[in-house]
Amino acid sequence: MSAISLKSHKFRLDREADWKKLELLLGRLESRSIRSLTDAEMIALPALYRATLSSLSVARATSLDQDVIAYLESLSTRSYFAIYGNQTRMSARLRHFFIIGWPQAVQNITRETIASALIMFLGALLAYVLVRNNMDWYFSFMPESLMGARTPASTALELRDTLYHDGDKSGLTEFASFLFSHNSRIAILAFALGFAFAIPSAALVLYNGCTLGAFVALFVDKGLGFELGGWLIIHGATELFAIVLAGAAGMKIGWTVAFPGKMSRMEAVGKAGAEAASVLGGVVIMLFLAGLLEGFGRQLITNDYVRYAIGLTTLGLWLAYFYMPRNFETLEFDDAAGAS
Amino acid sequence: MSQAQTKPRKNSTYNADKNVRTLVTPEGIDLRLRIADGGARVGAFTLDLTIMIITLIAISYALSYTAFSMNGGGEEVIVAVWVLLAFFLRNFYFMFFEMGPKAATPGKMALKIRVANRHGGHLKANAVFARNAMRELEFFLPLSFFLSALFMMNQGVDGWLTLLGLIWSFIFLLFPLFNKDRLRAGDLIAGTWVVKSPKPFLSKDLAEAPKTEGRYRFSQMQIDAYGVKELHVLENVLRKNDPKTVEEVTGRIMGKIEWPDPEKTENTNAARREFLNAYYAALRGKLETKLLFGVRREDKFDRR
Repeated sequence: MSAISLKSHKFRLDREADWKKLELLLGRLESRSIRSLTDAEMIALPALYRATLSSLSVARATSLDQDVIAYLESLSTRSYFAIYGNQTRMSARLRHFFIIGWPQAVQNITRETIASALIMFLGALLAYVLVRNNMDWYFSFMPESLMGARTPASTALELRDTLYHDGDKSGLTEFASFLFSHNSRIAILAFALGFAFAIPSAALVLYNGCTLGAFVALFVDKGLGFELGGWLIIHGATELFAIVLAGAAGMKIGWTVAFPGKMSRMEAVGKAGAEAASVLGGVVIMLFLAGLLEGFGRQLITNDYVRYAIGLTTLGLWLAYFYMPRNFETLEFDDAAGAS
Repeated sequence: MSQAQTKPRKNSTYNADKNVRTLVTPEGIDLRLRIADGGARVGAFTLDLTIMIITLIAISYALSYTAFSMNGGGEEVIVAVWVLLAFFLRNFYFMFFEMGPKAATPGKMALKIRVANRHGGHLKANAVFARNAMRELEFFLPLSFFLSALFMMNQGVDGWLTLLGLIWSFIFLLFPLFNKDRLRAGDLIAGTWVVKSPKPFLSKDLAEAPKTEGRYRFSQMQIDAYGVKELHVLENVLRKNDPKTVEEVTGRIMGKIEWPDPEKTENTNAARREFLNAYYAALRGKLETKLLFGVRREDKFDRR
């Protein structure tokens, strides 16, 4: 028969069954998970993959059938992604993130975090001094939506009231989830804007600091400084920390864009971006907690001392969690051993 | 052997496509990934956006129905749930799907593209997170900017501000068009890119044609008329099977190889295909034999 006399055709006939088998296994692996394969199939998978790769290199060298080469290329690529792709279970990934990924990423941007915190403090100080000297400044720092009943024209009694009762009319839960979604968007922006040489991130953090400073100035002016402290710290310890971290993550990216160091700029930015993203992922979680504390905790707990206690405790816990010295390498090893 | 390609020509099948990128597996084989083109990217995003909007509308309907049946009791909870769900949809739709085994959102799956690590290896969760967090800046911020500009038009919002917003959006929107890897700002930050991942489909081997051994016999001279490039063109013609092209190509080949009395071939598409198939098999056999001896005859001008 003339058809079989072509070596490349015979080559294809001999191996086609294996390719089809790999294709079948891949389909199941992709649509469900690795656990849908039996033990025998699991053992067969890498062998089939390597056989297909070898077929591909033989076909490239000896066959002129474009169809076969294209087929083998896409089959090999798909199995490469399936085999070398991530097969870790979600639970293991989360575990790794909380035990190692998140605190390690936060520790790696300590320098930026300090800078970001200083910028926020500077903004707060600036706004505080300005507003204390001239109350008109208050309106330049405060967005109207946040102001509500809190204006320099309000009496001390009215202001005091906002510290303990602002949840009565607007619903607690609605308030909490709105705050969370609003704050997270700001945090994501602070991260994303870092791209432009870190300046927009810093500006956003500074602006947040200004709002805070103006706010504090107003209440201190009416002699409500201590009460405001409790109102702020119960959720602020988490929320402001999260905003500082988000700004720091943005600055990290911007700094790397400007000064990539030894690596190529693209490579360095890719690395810094992935790391900063770990921080940002954690920031969203922190803001979620802050939203709960703000929406529920603050409205339900009206004792100043309890508010201070909760706020300072959360701050202490975050600091310990992020910065307590530990050996990530041994942790990584334990984690891998525990997960397998 | 492939090393025989000592002088890579411009029209060589391997290097012709400027969208091909090298990805060497740990086994040492280059997979030759193909970068997804701009059209596929835009198409996938539009599709995903549509899905998101439809989902959001469905959520709104379901929640307002629930609120209605509760007789206005739990309005505040309903609004809270809506705000949360909208937030998660907007921020985690892309992340959820791209962290999955297919590394593609439904829109990307439909257009047969996927996200991959630019340096090979795992696509890590934080990379997916980074590339999608940037979306907020690249798309949603300009969008909200644009919408608010649209609604505030009569209220005298600064024209300069709107202009700046527009420039901003266009910088990010057109970013992928100005680099050869079609990277979005998010891809840049995350160290990822989007590549084609076609579902493999193996069609019939053309060399396994109807047995026409007796009818078509080609001399060495006739077979030597063409090279690999022409063989591949012929393969594409046969696979597409467009009667007009088949007729034209048959005429050309018969002329070139001086096929004795071409009128003998029946004037039907089937007969022409038969001829082309036989010639394809003969040409491929000859070129592949040469290939085994280390000679890859690129095209008809290549006298080897």
